Amino acid sequence: MRVIALTKRILQQLIRDKRTLGLLIFAPILVLTMLHLVFNGDDYVPKVGLVEIPEAIVDQIDTTDAEVTIYTNENDAQQAVHSEEIDGYILLDDATTSAVFLEGSDPSVNSATLRWIQSAFSSLQQGESAAQFEIDYLYGSSDMGPFDYFGPVLLGFFVFFFVFIIAGVSFIRERTTGTLERLLSTPLRKWEIVTGYVLGFGIFTIIQSTIIAWYAIYVLNMMMVGAFIYVLLITLSLALTALTLGILISSFANNELQMIQFIPIVVIPQIFFSGLFNLETISDWLSWVGPFTPLYYAADALRDVMVRGHGFGEIFVNLIILFGFSLLFMLLNGLALRKYRKI
Amino acid sequence: MRNQNSCISIQHVFKQFGKHEVLKDINLEIEEGEIFGLLGPSGAGKSTLIKELAGLDVPTSGENYIFGERMPTLKLMERIGYMAQADALYEELSANENLQFFASLYGLKGKKKKERINEVMQLVDLSDHLNKPVSNYSGGMKRRLSLAIALLHEPEMLILDEPTVGIDPVLRKSIWDAFYDLNRKGTTIIVTTHVMDEAEKCDRLGLMRDGELIAVGTAEALRNETNSDTIEQAFLVYGGATS
Repeated sequence: MRVIALTKRILQQLIRDKRTLGLLIFAPILVLTMLHLVFNGDDYVPKVGLVEIPEAIVDQIDTTDAEVTIYTNENDAQQAVHSEEIDGYILLDDATTSAVFLEGSDPSVNSATLRWIQSAFSSLQQGESAAQFEIDYLYGSSDMGPFDYFGPVLLGFFVFFFVFIIAGVSFIRERTTGTLERLLSTPLRKWEIVTGYVLGFGIFTIIQSTIIAWYAIYVLNMMMVGAFIYVLLITLSLALTALTLGILISSFANNELQMIQFIPIVVIPQIFFSGLFNLETISDWLSWVGPFTPLYYAADALRDVMVRGHGFGEIFVNLIILFGFSLLFMLLNGLALRKYRKI
Repeated sequence: MRNQNSCISIQHVFKQFGKHEVLKDINLEIEEGEIFGLLGPSGAGKSTLIKELAGLDVPTSGENYIFGERMPTLKLMERIGYMAQADALYEELSANENLQFFASLYGLKGKKKKERINEVMQLVDLSDHLNKPVSNYSGGMKRRLSLAIALLHEPEMLILDEPTVGIDPVLRKSIWDAFYDLNRKGTTIIVTTHVMDEAEKCDRLGLMRDGELIAVGTAEALRNETNSDTIEQAFLVYGGATS
């Protein structure tokens, strides 16, 4: 019953604190929307110059995906590159040899320019004989954008980040206002405090992650082939680890600012191992960290469900590991509370 | 060895934080039904001592007995009401919600809970402000609400750390009236203070300085023994004698 009282109080406090409530729900939605717009924006249109190219050839080139400018001598084209009017130009010395000159400061612009030049001229040279490949995908599809791949990771990350902060800060507040001492002067057991916190924030987190996941999937059209319920299950178990870790970390901080200082140490590095960057390319002396971060398992499970459409069989190991993390952090929390009361 | 009437028995209690000795060989018996004042400057170890009595800390060596049982146990803590120096209230919530929460922690339910809430709020004269958010309370009101919470479960013993610090004389008197009220009903009260005139209100006093209990007795006895007119002077004599 004491646990229920604590759970109820935490929910009451959250509901009173409209700003925190807003932060927990709308901040992830806002950031996800912005990322969606950034990653799924229009493709870059390269600005390409053609130098001394016969008009017969120019007519054959498909210029729909690029801004093409025609120059009569190379000097003019070079000038245009210097003044960043064009990203690069192509020069045909004779029918067989050609040279490409790029501005070159932005790798993504370089590759967009090269890709256009390649496709424009390969069709030109090989004509209709160009082989037609038909491409099939095991998972995903040709219209899968980067947002669809990053999305599950980001979804997990934002749930983790905000729950971590709010849980940690509210526990610090409990300590600095003296209410923790008062709680401990009652016959309340330490595990009851931890459980009450987990339940109170847990209930709120169910609502929070449902809204955020629903928004990402059905409003932003994040790729989603699996079942929604599994996404909720994963985000909830991730939120639980964030909650218990946040409370644990808060016992090493004396005030809210010191809690914020733990973000770059505890939260940010988890992104590196969550699959946002290819894990196989991470330097060996760092890559072993990955399996020790909760986000690693949550991101893997989320991607399994959202991109690959896997079911419970594939994600349950990840879920068990996440719950294992939570259980470990809860036990450590009980120990950390011994600092304030011995029994 | 233990006195039959005493409800608190502190025996050879030492407390160390790192190298710093906060309590040095404290021995004290507090009798049932008395108002006992712990008097001393800040840093004397008063708060540490009563935190041990409230079950929030344990001595490095020595023993604390309450109602004949060795502290700390959760069962004993149920019989004690503790009020710390900080008000320890949830400011987002209303007074009623704060009271409801702490009442539930002590296992109060339903009608009994409601009754107790009304009783304690009447005692601290806050009945008209039951549903106000605590953030709208004045400092004195918060102090009284904090006291009301400590009284909710009808504790046999009240342990209060500087209950009237920063409170104006009128309010201080009304808080002390509440203490006398409870005391008449049989509640043992242990209170710390560094305000000398407040000391006169206690049945017996313990003077503390630098982690040592330098004198124990009624205010009158302490004054007579040192030929002083005030407790403050008596404190100086005892303090001077030991250093």
